[in-house]
Amino acid sequence: MTTPDNLKYTKTHEWVRQEPDGTATVGITFHAQDMLGDIVFVEHPAVGRQVKQGEECGVIESVKAAADIYAPLSGEIVAINRELDDAPEKINQDAYGAWMFRIKPDNSAEFAGLLDAKAYRQVAESGKR
Amino acid sequence: MLIFELSRRGRRNPTQAPAAVPEVSAIPESLRRSRPPLLPEVSELDAVRHYTALSQKNFSIDTHFYPLGSCTMKYNPRACDALAMLPQFLARHPAAPDDTGQGFLACMYELQETLKEVTGMAAVSLAPMAGAQGEFSGVAMIRAYHDSRGDAARTEMLVPDAAHGTNPASAVMCGYTAREIPTDRHGNVDLAALGAAVGSRTAGLMLTNPSTLGVFESAILDIEKIVHGAGGLLYYDGANLNAILGKVKPGDMGFDVIHLNLHKTFSTPHGGGGPGAGPVGVNAKLAPFLPLPLVALEKGGYRLLGERAAPLSIGRLSAHIGNAGVLLRAYVYVRLLGAQGMRRVGEFATLNANYLMAGLKKAGFEVAFPERRASHEFIVTLKRLKEETGVAAMDVAKRLLDKGFHAPTTYFPLLVAECLLIEPTETESKQTLDAFVAAMKEILAEARADPELVKKAPHTTPVRRLDDVRAARELDLVWNPAQGE
Amino acid sequence: MPFIPHTEEDIKAMLEAIGVASIENLFDEIPAALRGRGLPDTPPPLSEMEAARLMRERAEADGHYLNFIGAGAYEHHIPAAVWRIAARGEFHSAYTPYQAEASQGTLQVLYEYQTMMASLTEMDVANASLYDGASALAEAVLMAARAHKSAKRVLLPATVHPAYRKVVQTIVRNQGIELVGVPYAPDTGHVAPEALAPFAGQDFAALVVPQPNFFGVLEPVDELADWARANRMFTIAVVNPLALAILKPPGEWGNSGADIAVGDGQPLGIPLASGGPYFGFMACRKELVRQMPGRIVGRTVDVDGKPGYTLTLQAREQHIRRSKATSNICTNQGLMVTAATIYMALLGPQGLAQVARTCHANVLMLLGNLTAIEGVERAFSGPIFHEAVLRLKTPVAPVLRALQAQGILGGLNLAHDCPELGHALLVCATETKNEEDLMLYAGHLARIIGRRFRPAPCAIKPKP
Repeated sequence: MTTPDNLKYTKTHEWVRQEPDGTATVGITFHAQDMLGDIVFVEHPAVGRQVKQGEECGVIESVKAAADIYAPLSGEIVAINRELDDAPEKINQDAYGAWMFRIKPDNSAEFAGLLDAKAYRQVAESGKR
Repeated sequence: MLIFELSRRGRRNPTQAPAAVPEVSAIPESLRRSRPPLLPEVSELDAVRHYTALSQKNFSIDTHFYPLGSCTMKYNPRACDALAMLPQFLARHPAAPDDTGQGFLACMYELQETLKEVTGMAAVSLAPMAGAQGEFSGVAMIRAYHDSRGDAARTEMLVPDAAHGTNPASAVMCGYTAREIPTDRHGNVDLAALGAAVGSRTAGLMLTNPSTLGVFESAILDIEKIVHGAGGLLYYDGANLNAILGKVKPGDMGFDVIHLNLHKTFSTPHGGGGPGAGPVGVNAKLAPFLPLPLVALEKGGYRLLGERAAPLSIGRLSAHIGNAGVLLRAYVYVRLLGAQGMRRVGEFATLNANYLMAGLKKAGFEVAFPERRASHEFIVTLKRLKEETGVAAMDVAKRLLDKGFHAPTTYFPLLVAECLLIEPTETESKQTLDAFVAAMKEILAEARADPELVKKAPHTTPVRRLDDVRAARELDLVWNPAQGE
Repeated sequence: MPFIPHTEEDIKAMLEAIGVASIENLFDEIPAALRGRGLPDTPPPLSEMEAARLMRERAEADGHYLNFIGAGAYEHHIPAAVWRIAARGEFHSAYTPYQAEASQGTLQVLYEYQTMMASLTEMDVANASLYDGASALAEAVLMAARAHKSAKRVLLPATVHPAYRKVVQTIVRNQGIELVGVPYAPDTGHVAPEALAPFAGQDFAALVVPQPNFFGVLEPVDELADWARANRMFTIAVVNPLALAILKPPGEWGNSGADIAVGDGQPLGIPLASGGPYFGFMACRKELVRQMPGRIVGRTVDVDGKPGYTLTLQAREQHIRRSKATSNICTNQGLMVTAATIYMALLGPQGLAQVARTCHANVLMLLGNLTAIEGVERAFSGPIFHEAVLRLKTPVAPVLRALQAQGILGGLNLAHDCPELGHALLVCATETKNEEDLMLYAGHLARIIGRRFRPAPCAIKPKP
């Protein structure tokens, strides 16, 4: 399954998982890592940073491309996945396991505005043309 | 084998260094170096043999046809090098008074004046050290011009999506945001999109013409009206000037500011990625902002002009005059060609490109804009080949190395899938172009008969395909004696 | 036709294959109004022989001088092998090594160069070069501001080469970066650590530290680097690479070293040539490598496991990252770096140190001779490497003109760049000067300023 139904998505290819404690875990989709190719570097946002929905807050680099990561929700960055520093290839191996950061959202209503799996599949398909 | 691995402790070249001198005493101990740097200890012969052997691992214009699109890899005449490296030219200190450099400055002045005429601009500065620095200065002048009029609302630089990456990067270095303009299906700037994008925020449009898609923007006069009508300025990226050298002048097309790449159009050596030179030209209203120094002919001789003579200048770009030696080579080239020779550059670069395009079409390759004339370069798209055989543009590029040809530019421009951007230049003969077509035809046949052969190419180069992913993940940028070979 | 190989027969066959009647038809997509305006003022072509004569005459008109100007560009002996090898067509006429398999020569040279520069500066990594020292400093300032994130101001002392300061201003001003000056101590000629006190605790991205500084004086680099670190700013070192053969490298400044080191590579085998091409170098801490602009070469392996070299970290660069690139820079100064690499290989660690020591000894001898003349004195008391400021009692310009008439370029007049120093002259002596040259300068200077020349015992004399 390359676009799990239990997650939310953005047009900019991030996936978002709502956690029981109210935070949101963010990564990039299978489709995004597939387009980028072998990922060689991840630049995280700083823990404690306040981000606005749609704001650039990280970079993922492959050999031949670099993609900005956008905050899917407004809020505070509360954790980053340091494992990716030494093993960025985990994103290629397991896009939905290799999370990038967690946000404590300011306004949980923003969740509702995110794409569901079906809507994201359309986004990904249209990008392939 | 690295030069460091040839090193043997205590091996010296006494002839190259001055005679031994006593330990220095006038430098306090705390400011001195305590252990020697990791430089090799090798004989002169070791060094000569090592670097000669390395040179032989390179493809170069002198050894191979090098049809690298957008880079204008033409023959670099030996006379230009030899005459720019006369001992008096090499020995002159940059801060020596102007009257000790009248011969040198005469060359600079005449080059500056010739570039004015060739580009149709009112004034030229030779200061930028590379094309990207030329771009930076050009955009900085556009900004200085708007600022001088109190027009601070212009914050956007328009850049076609086909442009070189340096264009948006240069715009950002000047504090602008870069806004992309799409390309229409014939490879031209999308006029409707341009019309919709311009406005009171438009600082200007950066345009390469002929474009990186290998076609001339035939609606250039409409583009000029749209951009100027909105109060923006028009920037000419001279990357592709070779196509129209001596035939069409950017100034006549309405451009306000341009940069040239002397390492392309004026045949100075590329040197494995530099040095280059990127002079800028402007029309009269931007002339006060040109980067320094400028070369002037005054009563009593040639003189370099600085801040006092040009208080509105955007400033200096290098500690001295720029890449003087590159400028001298370009000057000799201009003199060897003369007016007639320069016109023929554009003509024969165009003839060669169109001939090669016709030959490749006939050999079964698909070109990106078959209905258009090629400028000095053109694009082959291998999208269909990839779908049929799995052989990608990069594979064909690598296989060309096995056949003794440097690869064309691959995967640029980004707009065309599986593209090869091919620029033969005017200095190649029909026979070389025919041999290239034959090699491409062979590769096409190989891709169909034995795709793995092409996908695993190159097979004959000093190394085969390199692991780029490992290079980026496990950064090894500096040799460490502990790691060994 | 110059450098165009086509025969009449070729042209005819090519036009037929394209299906047009004439070359002119190939330009038919260009509006007619734009075509064929001609180049009436461009002179007709010269033959190679004519061009050679013209250029020789011009070169001879420029003549030869005994040169004591330094100020950022230094006359050094260049071993014959350096340019004989660097000028080989395979280096000379290759381009940026995008096709790694066809460019292993250039790529390995760059990897060796990066290693040598990292070691000379004792920094973790180095890039494959930038345009020149001044623009490299500008790039370092931008890099520090990017990496620091919060601060947009940089401390740029008055002891940094004035042209470098101007270039930095040109390149960074449109990105909202503010350059703040730091004065020098009028007695020693270097930045006094006390002069930094007003800036302590403020938000600055970096402190720039030149070594040697524009006046030839050595800065108290340990104190300056430690102060910068204590005040949460990066230290950007601007260094003469040749001097690093005997001076403490930036990576060892203070308790934790400088963060970025840049400079002009010209002293490493590049001719003066009226100002260029030279090359800029940049080295930095490992943690900053992704903020470093310019080409970087990495070692890796090919599909057979054989070691090889390739451009790496390209995702930072303009051709991929476009408007978000670390810089618009798109080349390095490959050929200059090739020459510098061969130069460093030929000299080795001892040879390079010998060049540096000889420069130092020569300038001390020159200063001894010159300051023995009444009315000539050192402007600063700080220690120097191979360059120093002299103060005269009379204006410098006429003195330099009189020396020039004797075939001597006596140094750089500081009247324009540093009017506060009075009648000041920046002089340099490298290893290229012998004792007679140094005496000759002193003899003429003594005569010109109308004082009796008294040779003085000098601090250090080279042994034969």
